[in-house]
Amino acid sequence: MRKLIFGLFIAILPALGLAAGAAVPLDTMEPDHTNKASLQRGAALFTNYCMGCHSMEYARYKRVSDDLEIPAALYEENLIFTGAKIGELMKVSMSKDQSAGWFGAPPPDLTLESRLRGESWIYSYLRGFYKDDSRPLGVNNVVFENVGMPHVLVDLQGLCAVEPKIGHGASVDPLSGNINNADACPEYATEGSMSAAEFDRAMYDLTNFLSYMGDPVKVERERMGIFVLIFVAIFFIFAYLLNREYWKDVH
Amino acid sequence: MQKLVSWIDERLPVVDAWNKHVGKYYAPKNFNMWYFFGSLAMLVLVNQLITGIWLTMSYNPSAEGAFASVEYIMRDVEWGWLLRYLHSTGASAFFVVVYLHMFRGLMYGSYQKPRELIWIFGMLIYLVLMAEAFMGYLLPWGQMSYWGAQVIVNLFGAIPVIGDDLSLWIRGDYLISGITLNRFFALHVVALPIVLLGLVVLHILALHEVGSNNPDGIDIKKNKDENGIPKDGIPFHPYYTVHDLLGVGVFFFIFFIVVFFFPEMGGLFLEKPNFEPANALKTPDHIAPVWYFTPFYAMLRAVTVDLFGLDAKFWGVVVMGAAIAILFVLPWLDKSPVRSMRYKGWISKVALAIFVVSFVILGYLGIVPATEGRTMVAQILTTLYFLYFILMPFYTRMEKTKPVPERVTG
Repeated sequence: MRKLIFGLFIAILPALGLAAGAAVPLDTMEPDHTNKASLQRGAALFTNYCMGCHSMEYARYKRVSDDLEIPAALYEENLIFTGAKIGELMKVSMSKDQSAGWFGAPPPDLTLESRLRGESWIYSYLRGFYKDDSRPLGVNNVVFENVGMPHVLVDLQGLCAVEPKIGHGASVDPLSGNINNADACPEYATEGSMSAAEFDRAMYDLTNFLSYMGDPVKVERERMGIFVLIFVAIFFIFAYLLNREYWKDVH
Repeated sequence: MQKLVSWIDERLPVVDAWNKHVGKYYAPKNFNMWYFFGSLAMLVLVNQLITGIWLTMSYNPSAEGAFASVEYIMRDVEWGWLLRYLHSTGASAFFVVVYLHMFRGLMYGSYQKPRELIWIFGMLIYLVLMAEAFMGYLLPWGQMSYWGAQVIVNLFGAIPVIGDDLSLWIRGDYLISGITLNRFFALHVVALPIVLLGLVVLHILALHEVGSNNPDGIDIKKNKDENGIPKDGIPFHPYYTVHDLLGVGVFFFIFFIVVFFFPEMGGLFLEKPNFEPANALKTPDHIAPVWYFTPFYAMLRAVTVDLFGLDAKFWGVVVMGAAIAILFVLPWLDKSPVRSMRYKGWISKVALAIFVVSFVILGYLGIVPATEGRTMVAQILTTLYFLYFILMPFYTRMEKTKPVPERVTG
């Protein structure tokens, strides 16, 4: 037993190397891919506010429509703006050359953004914009300094006059969806149509959607994993009994 | 059925081969849990081959299409995500079981006479496995794939005179490009697996020629009964085939927890920058190889002094190469009259413990960004790593060993 523990210890030791953390403080966001309503709201937000520039070119509309239980006809009518068919990849019509000229760099594809940067980063970034007249677009971001992206959601959030306090205690309760310690921005330069809590909730949904897009099979995979582990456990019982039967006569 | 078997057996020695390698291969009866990892390595190898074949069916080995084809496998191919996670988790699992298998060899002196060739074939397997893993890692064509390959191939550039031409020859281009990707793909899916399989056959043939070692490190062939069967031996089949099934059960349980619940293993098995396509114009903040290479990467970075007019990078490569090369001569460094750690003296035990701890901490240091303090720790640990081998001829000879029993102790 001592040897077993020692062996396992050696096997997992490399995992301790993960302590290296991000330099910027972030608000924690726990995605929930089973919350279809949240994902649907996130899909609507993404399509309306982000997809003018950001593609999801590794994913297909059909998959989103199926997974999120949005009827195909409804999806085509309301959530595809490029004239693409529902079986196609989620590309944008903006050319990369043009957008590079406009923003300094082409807006990145966001299919895998949640796996590249993590959900907490996205959730913090989306709420991290503030007014900064020294920047070409008049805004800056506390999570992504000197970002080339405009504050697309300014109509919803309003524009924060000072650097918002990201990573200082505000968090989403994954069970109730309530926001604790609500407003990260103490002072607004312009008001938006949403309250701080509403906006945080909307950004939770949007982040949740991005998280789902990065790993669309997660719910199914984990459900299946349980059955696989149960199978292996039963297999082990029979292997154990078989082994005991044969080894009876070894002394 | 019997007729069919004898028909074949008259033309091909199948019965003979079965008896020699399985049915009448007498293995010591006192194998412990450390003896699971050889058969588990075979299991993972089969997993890698099968999932690899199916991945190849949908993968596109070009700079333009590689990244998208991996996502195509993950999203559009039926069960593609499972094939890919089995393959990516399998790569790490391979190194886990191989490292534990090698540790077993160190612990019980399985490399000692007459098993030197088994050890050398094993080391060659380890070497080819590293090449296989390195080339496979480029294929998803993510940022870390790309820059990891860039860093490693550039290491060859540190060799004086021929270095630059050599790395150019390996890449086939002035930087890692679609050309490199294509040749790495060819090597990863055809050339190296063939070499690997050949070496595995040699490893096992050599093992079955001299017989398996055991935790007591005694030669069971010295004690035979009237039929010429070792008294402490039991036929591999059925005893160890059913026994290994237990190991398979435990292994699969852990393996599938990773595959189904933590396929990225927090960025260790699939590194985060690899979710962004390779970009030759954008260097990631921090380039780290996958965890199984990091001990050697830490040794590379630990060398910071220029020597004899050659820069530190070259000496780093030398140290890294030497760290692997020295393992090959291990059978001739151990002068102990006994094989197993059970009967060696306390110096050997302490030395092995220090060696393992050094290797593991070096692995950690190779993952995290280097700082001055960490580099110093890496230098000390690299020295300890080498001292384990260099001092071995002395401490194994001078230490007092315990008497080895006649028969295995269970």
